[in-house]
Amino acid sequence: MSARVKWRRFVSNFMLTLTGLCALVSVSVLFLILGYLVFNGGTSINWAFFTQLPKPVGETGGGMANAIVGSAKLLMAASLFGVPIGFLGGIYLAEFSGGAVASVVRYAADLLNGVPSIVIGIFAYSMVVLPFKQFSTLAGAFALGLMMIPITLRSTEEFLNGVPRYLREGAMALGASKWKTIASVVVPAAYRGILTAILLALARVAGETAPLLFTAFGNRFWSRGWEQPTASLPVMIFTYAVSPYEDWHRQAWAAGLVLLGLILIINILARTILSRGIAVPRS
Amino acid sequence: MQASSKPGISVNIVTNTGIVAHGETAALPMRMTISKVNFYYGSKQILFDINMGIADKRVTALIGPSGCGKSTLLRAMNRMHETVHTSRLEGEIHLDGQNILAQDVTSLRRRVGMVFQRPNPFPKSIFDNVAYGLRINGIKGSTSEMVEKSLRRAALWEEVKDHLHKSAYELSGGQQQRLCIARALAVEPEVLLLDEPCSALDPISTAKIEELLVELKNLTTIAIVTHNMQQAARVSDFTAFVLTGQMIEFSPTPQLFTTPSDPRTEAYITGRFG
Amino acid sequence: MATVNPTIQSAGPAAGSRSFLSKLRDGDEIARLITFLFAASVVLITVLLVYELWISSALPRQKFGLHFFVTQVWDPVMDEYGALPFIYGTLVTSVVSLLLAVPLGIGASIFLAELAPPQISDTLQFFIDLLAAVPSVIYGLLGVFIVVPLMRTVIFPGLNKPLGFLPFFKGPSYGVGFLTAGIVMAIMVIPYIISVSREVLLSVPRDQREAALALGSTRWESTWKVVVPFAKTGIMGSIFLALARALGETMAVTMVIGNTPKISASLFAPGYSIAAVIANEFTEATGDLYLQSLIELGLVLFLLTFILNGLARLLIIVTTQKGSGVGNR
Repeated sequence: MSARVKWRRFVSNFMLTLTGLCALVSVSVLFLILGYLVFNGGTSINWAFFTQLPKPVGETGGGMANAIVGSAKLLMAASLFGVPIGFLGGIYLAEFSGGAVASVVRYAADLLNGVPSIVIGIFAYSMVVLPFKQFSTLAGAFALGLMMIPITLRSTEEFLNGVPRYLREGAMALGASKWKTIASVVVPAAYRGILTAILLALARVAGETAPLLFTAFGNRFWSRGWEQPTASLPVMIFTYAVSPYEDWHRQAWAAGLVLLGLILIINILARTILSRGIAVPRS
Repeated sequence: MQASSKPGISVNIVTNTGIVAHGETAALPMRMTISKVNFYYGSKQILFDINMGIADKRVTALIGPSGCGKSTLLRAMNRMHETVHTSRLEGEIHLDGQNILAQDVTSLRRRVGMVFQRPNPFPKSIFDNVAYGLRINGIKGSTSEMVEKSLRRAALWEEVKDHLHKSAYELSGGQQQRLCIARALAVEPEVLLLDEPCSALDPISTAKIEELLVELKNLTTIAIVTHNMQQAARVSDFTAFVLTGQMIEFSPTPQLFTTPSDPRTEAYITGRFG
Repeated sequence: MATVNPTIQSAGPAAGSRSFLSKLRDGDEIARLITFLFAASVVLITVLLVYELWISSALPRQKFGLHFFVTQVWDPVMDEYGALPFIYGTLVTSVVSLLLAVPLGIGASIFLAELAPPQISDTLQFFIDLLAAVPSVIYGLLGVFIVVPLMRTVIFPGLNKPLGFLPFFKGPSYGVGFLTAGIVMAIMVIPYIISVSREVLLSVPRDQREAALALGSTRWESTWKVVVPFAKTGIMGSIFLALARALGETMAVTMVIGNTPKISASLFAPGYSIAAVIANEFTEATGDLYLQSLIELGLVLFLLTFILNGLARLLIIVTTQKGSGVGNR
């Protein structure tokens, strides 16, 4: 074997190993993050964390019950706002629209999807906070819901388009009108994919902090209603992490662990549902 | 003479095809008549001036080489062609003397059912598949009775009666196709259209479906597209031979296969082309 | 055959398609209308967002005009606002993050797409997807408590001693600053680069690889000299996408950049970014001009990401279509 061939083979193996190392480093970040969160936050997760309000500065203990409930309320309201728009809009794109209208809607959705979350926050501020003259749970939910729309819309469209034509024909040949075909055959056949997309969208906005800073704002106590500001896990992590208090840092780690755990569970759940994609055998 | 079709057309058909010949003493009533049909996809013409009839309580087969337009013709009979936006149909198709093109399409499709080339059960249970047409059409009565009746008619009942609530996808291909037939029969269509129903099936399943078609004749009127000439010969009473969008010959089946009147028909059935 | 056939369909107005009335009765028209309204609302929201950003930033546009972008002063007390320190901070941190993330991300995507057996590639990709789902505030948390101390104790001394003569690596270091923000951002955008680049690399037709291997290339040569150049445009797209993410990134940066509106050559110095200043000062902005200046910063951020996202999408589409156009897959 000539030296040149040997050299080339060495370079090849060396570079290939290097790329493997890159992959390994990238993936290991996930486990590093999880490890740190468990190590620093694990011990602070107790019953009080889930059931008590935050204690005033200086007192140790307390929990984040209000933030957990606040996040749940925000996500629920965000889904109620974002999912119907995305889902029904997606049905329009896949089933009813002509080319020109569809491309305008798609373009708008892609644009919305790319808007930095802090800018979404500004928009929600001027649409909801300013008119009502106060920070509110609803304003936060509006911001998060906006971020759910494009993901839900595009994936609804995609999964509906993946439903084979022969299923639609089967329903239409039995005298089903178009919308009955959609409601009784097409959507049920695509529901796994759509559900996955909605869950992923939910997981994504569950960790969003920037759009909540000046919409849902924050609250040291229980939020007294939808039109009142509310605490949320991500904002709580932010405020606690940048605070100078040791006990708050401890709680920030715990909140981080809870939040990330929740998001990863939703993600894994969603991807397991998708592993069967469309409920129809292709091929 | 002809029960329910326009006189001009039925005369045309009777003279063209000699329906009276098929061991029948009187002319058969036509369930559907197709007159002067031209069909286009965009600017491409698919069918040229087609005239034919679908005889009541009989099996009519459409044969011809692939791409000749026979499936298009069948799909026009319950206006499934309208799912393609660029399609255009000229001429008239009558069901019981009424122009189907002027009717409401969903109620037309309830009356003229269709079974497709590849089995297309919905991602639902066996029961729900058969009940689907009953439900969307708001047909009153005992659903489970009607489901059983349809499954029996489709000769599937014995095989599935113990697991009606399993997914339809757990059935074999042949069973799935019979399920689709049962689904179509459940709404008691006046005419049943079958578009190469056996092309995706094995020989045993094919034989079962052929058997079934002969039995179903007593219940409903059947039109079947097939690329398999033996199948047409076995199951049908009348056969239409379509070539490049034109109706070459339309005769009682025995006559078409034994003494074809057109040389092109003869060439096709003896396997010289197609 | 004429494209338009003059013959009117014989069956009257209902022929060929269903009449409007029958569609209305079946609910089709209602369903179309309802779904249309929802689809249209997406367009409406987007238009409203742009419009809202534009009119809510009218004051600084009138007062400062283009000077807004070249002024270094950000002084709420004197009511004077210039965006330059933030633009500078955003660009520097983004560049730093890309310098770190691009080689690592592309290396990893080459491994996933070209070398790893499908099973392993899919498993690793699954973890990468999970990594992309980690919220930015968590990265910020780790940034504050892990990267910042690491910066002070390891990275700063390590770089300052041998390279301190360069302006980029001059001290002192507080732990927070451009470099810290860049590192945290790099970790955040790597998953995006990997996912998109892997996709693009996988779309390169197989015959391209086989042709190179058949000519006696080593595995690396076929990857680096044939597959990667083929996918070059798409990989550029993935980088643009990552850049757009980095520019708009808020929380993690806010937590580690130091939040000081100053332009410094040293990467160890604290700075500020567009998104961070909005996050920190929006709720405290008292005057109209102050608030609207922040909104104008938001508009700038929006336009930057808009352009980058558009370019990225274009590049990715071009590459994947090239892949489907050439040879068999």
